[in-house]
Formats: sequence, structure tokens, C-alpha cells
Amino acid sequence: MSLSRYWYGFLGIQRREWQRFWLQRARFATALVRPLLWLFVFAAGFGLSTGFSIPAALPGSSGYQAYMVPGLCGMVILFNSMQCALSMVYDRELGSMRILLVSPLPRPFLLIAKLLAMGTVSVAQSLGFLALARLADSSIPPAGYLAALPLLVATSLMLGATGLLIATWIKQLENFAGLMNFVIFPLFFLSSALYPLSSMAESNPWLYWLCQVNPFTHAVEAIRHALYLQWNPLALGVTVVTTCVLALSATTGFRPQRTRVLGRVPS
Amino acid sequence: MPLVIENLSHRYPGKTALADVSFRLAPGQFNGLLGLNGAGKTTLFGLATRLLAIQRGSIYLQGHSLARPTMAALRGLGVVFQQSTLDLDLTVQQNLAYHASLQGLRPSMARARICQELARFELTDHHNRPVRMLNGGHRRRVELARAMLHQPEVLLLDEPTTGLDVASRSFLVEHVHQLCRKQGLTVLWATHLFDELQASDQALVLHQGRLLANQAAAELIREQQSDNLQSAFEALTQGDSP
Repeated sequence: MSLSRYWYGFLGIQRREWQRFWLQRARFATALVRPLLWLFVFAAGFGLSTGFSIPAALPGSSGYQAYMVPGLCGMVILFNSMQCALSMVYDRELGSMRILLVSPLPRPFLLIAKLLAMGTVSVAQSLGFLALARLADSSIPPAGYLAALPLLVATSLMLGATGLLIATWIKQLENFAGLMNFVIFPLFFLSSALYPLSSMAESNPWLYWLCQVNPFTHAVEAIRHALYLQWNPLALGVTVVTTCVLALSATTGFRPQRTRVLGRVPS
Repeated sequence: MPLVIENLSHRYPGKTALADVSFRLAPGQFNGLLGLNGAGKTTLFGLATRLLAIQRGSIYLQGHSLARPTMAALRGLGVVFQQSTLDLDLTVQQNLAYHASLQGLRPSMARARICQELARFELTDHHNRPVRMLNGGHRRRVELARAMLHQPEVLLLDEPTTGLDVASRSFLVEHVHQLCRKQGLTVLWATHLFDELQASDQALVLHQGRLLANQAAAELIREQQSDNLQSAFEALTQGDSP
């Protein structure tokens, strides 16, 4: 089979995701409400009332709102990637998944292409958020958006793969509420999205180490540094390696029979 | 042989879905897979489409084992699932184009094939309509057109006429029979509606996971000394029930 067949397959999966995005553009716009509330209400109020200051060594140290922007950008990707990955295995996408899985193209390729397609939609959403976030803080240099782009894609792939792994192997988390309570909120709150880890290390070393082993922390840090055209080799390395490992595990370990793709999940 | 199934068995926890099923489909033949609900038809389709992993036995598509399928062999398979797999929000054209891309068809070729299949299934006027706006019969035609886009040699249909009115049913049944006659398509059509088979069609009777018969429908009727296929099926399966 020639490479062009892979290319046509990849393009078709991307096109379909964007067609769905366009049809549901109102839903995607409303998904931006959550991070915008955090930025314009919580961050503004918290920063003013507590005088919380960001260590000067960190990128985006000009204020609490500037600090939160990369974390909230990660939040947009986190919610969207997880929700999309869950819908691949349950309810909304079942029909589409069956058609995807009977394609002659190799399944790992198809699943990676699907995760990337969902990822590009997440990235578009996060860029929409970053554009609106400039109203609160304009310290990010224009080239920073370009530098952060590959990391936004990698983060969406990493989180999409995590969602796919969870949806395939943990049957108890088959609805979004369960995923939110047991996966999304812990990943988000046990990260550097809302607070610098240096302050946490002094007050609670346990929490600090939990945050350090959370790959989402490193994804947020990699995005934060890239947005300010800085280089954080540890964050970048952890993000890239985790993305590769999770994407490989999720796509090669995917078992349709463990999902409802055929209409039943054997107990 | 386009499709060969050898000693296929499949178990769910506490239930045997298929027990040592073997058959081979001849090229250009319409094969009706007859069975009641729970007979194992959907499991068989799940295994043949690789949505379920084979536990025991083998499936060969165009001579290639599904345990190590080649992409060329997989391209020879078309499927219509029991439940709709169309994206209701997308148009007919968009649904077909998505499938064509998954089969690796070049866009220019995909456009030509889509036009051809839409015309064949009398759907040309609907190509730009969202699938949600089509009736059940037209949706099924779209699924059939989609399954034929990449010109498969074997077509699997799992109870494709479920929920359709009489006119839509006979349109689909007749069309698929024509595809066998004119294009040499090999068809495995799962159903529990006996009038969908013609006398010369091959009847495969699946009952409680076991294949009880594999012969021409007319021959099965004669052998069971019945008046029609339904009576022959009942005679065969009642004799087999514990």
C-alpha cells in the first residue's frame, strides 16, 4: 500500500473532525467560558485580594493573570481532549469508530490520526482562548504563540491518549462526571497550572512531589516557557517522552472488544 | 474462495456465542445467514470485521488469514452494520467522502465513485442533504452505497433491513441480488426475515452458536419437507433445541 493511501486517510480523518467542529462551533465557543471565568474573575480577584506574587524567575511573572494563562490553556486542552477521547469509545462516536476500525489502514495509525485530528481542534480552541486572554495580559510576545504551537499539539495528543487508555481499560469511568472527578480535576489541581510549585515545596513537600510526577505539570511548564520564548529542557523532555509512550500504549493496546464499539461490553 | 471460516468458536463469560462454525462462500453468491436473535450472527460479523479478537479458529479473506491480514485483502471487504454508522450531522456526500478516504482512495477517484454509487442507489438528489433529514430507507441505501465505494469483493450485511418498510426492504434485497449477479459480488446477509432469500440463494442456518445447515434455500426446504424457508428453519432448529 502506497504512502498516499495513508495521507488520504489522515486528511479524511482531519476533514471530518473539522466538519464536526464547524457544525458544533457554538458548543466549542461555550467551552471557553470556563477558562475565561478563571482568568477574568478568579485570577483577577485572587491576585488583588491576596497580593499573591509570582517568583520573578518564572516566565509570565508580571502578575497572577499572566501566570495563569498557560495553565488555563492547558485546561482547555485537558477538558476537550479527555471528552473527545471518551466519546470515541462511548456513545457519540460509536458509529464513526466502527467505520474507522474496519478501514484497511493499520489501527494504530488510524487511532493516532484520530487523536491528532481531535488535538488540532483542541489547539484551535486553546488559540482562541489565548487570543481572548490578551485582553487580560499582553505580555506574551507574538512569536511565543508560534513557539508554543508544537507543544499544544503534543499536550493534546498526550491527554487524548490518556483519555483513550482510560476509556478502554477502566470501565467504571464511563461517564464524563467520573472522568472529571477522578482524572481531570486531580491532573489539573495537582499541577503548576494555578500556583508555582516553588511555593508549594515549602508548605507541603508531599503535594509538591505529587505535582512533580504529574505529566500535566510538565506540559503546562513547557507551554509556559515556550510562550515566553524560553527553554525548559526537563518540561519539554517529560512532555515529549510521555506523549510518545502514552500515544503508543493507547493505540497499540486499544481493544475494540473492551469497548461498546460492537454494541456490547462483555462483563 | 472470497471468505472461508474454519472451526470458529467464541465465548463470552458464561455463554458460548459460536461453537466450531465452518463454511466457505463461493464467489458471486448471495448467502443468507439465518438465525434468531442471539444465534451468534453479530458475533460472527464482529470477528469477520476484526472488531472482536478471534479466540479459536480461523477466518480467511481472499486467501489471507485475518490473524495476519494484508491491506489489499482488507480492501476487498465491505460492511453494513446492523446499527447505523452514518454521521447524522454530516451530508450524504461528506459521509461517503470520509469512508473513501479511510479506504485510501485518491480524491478524484473518490468523487467519481461517489457519483456512481449515488446514481446506482438513486440518491443523487440527496447528496447535499444531512443524513438526519433522510428517511430510514434512504439512510440504509447510503450505507450500502458507502460499503460499495471501494468496490469490495465480499460484502457483509448484518440485518440491513431492520426497521425498514416493505418497499425499502425489497429495493435493498433486489439491489444486492443484482450486485451478485452483475458484478460477481459475494454477499453474506444476516437476517431473520426469510422472504429476503431467493430459492437459489445459499442458506446458512445458525442456531445457538452452531451452524446447522449450509445449502441452497430450495434444497433446504425440500430436505426438511416444508412448504417454505421459514417452516424449514423451524423444523431444523426445533429438532436441534435441547
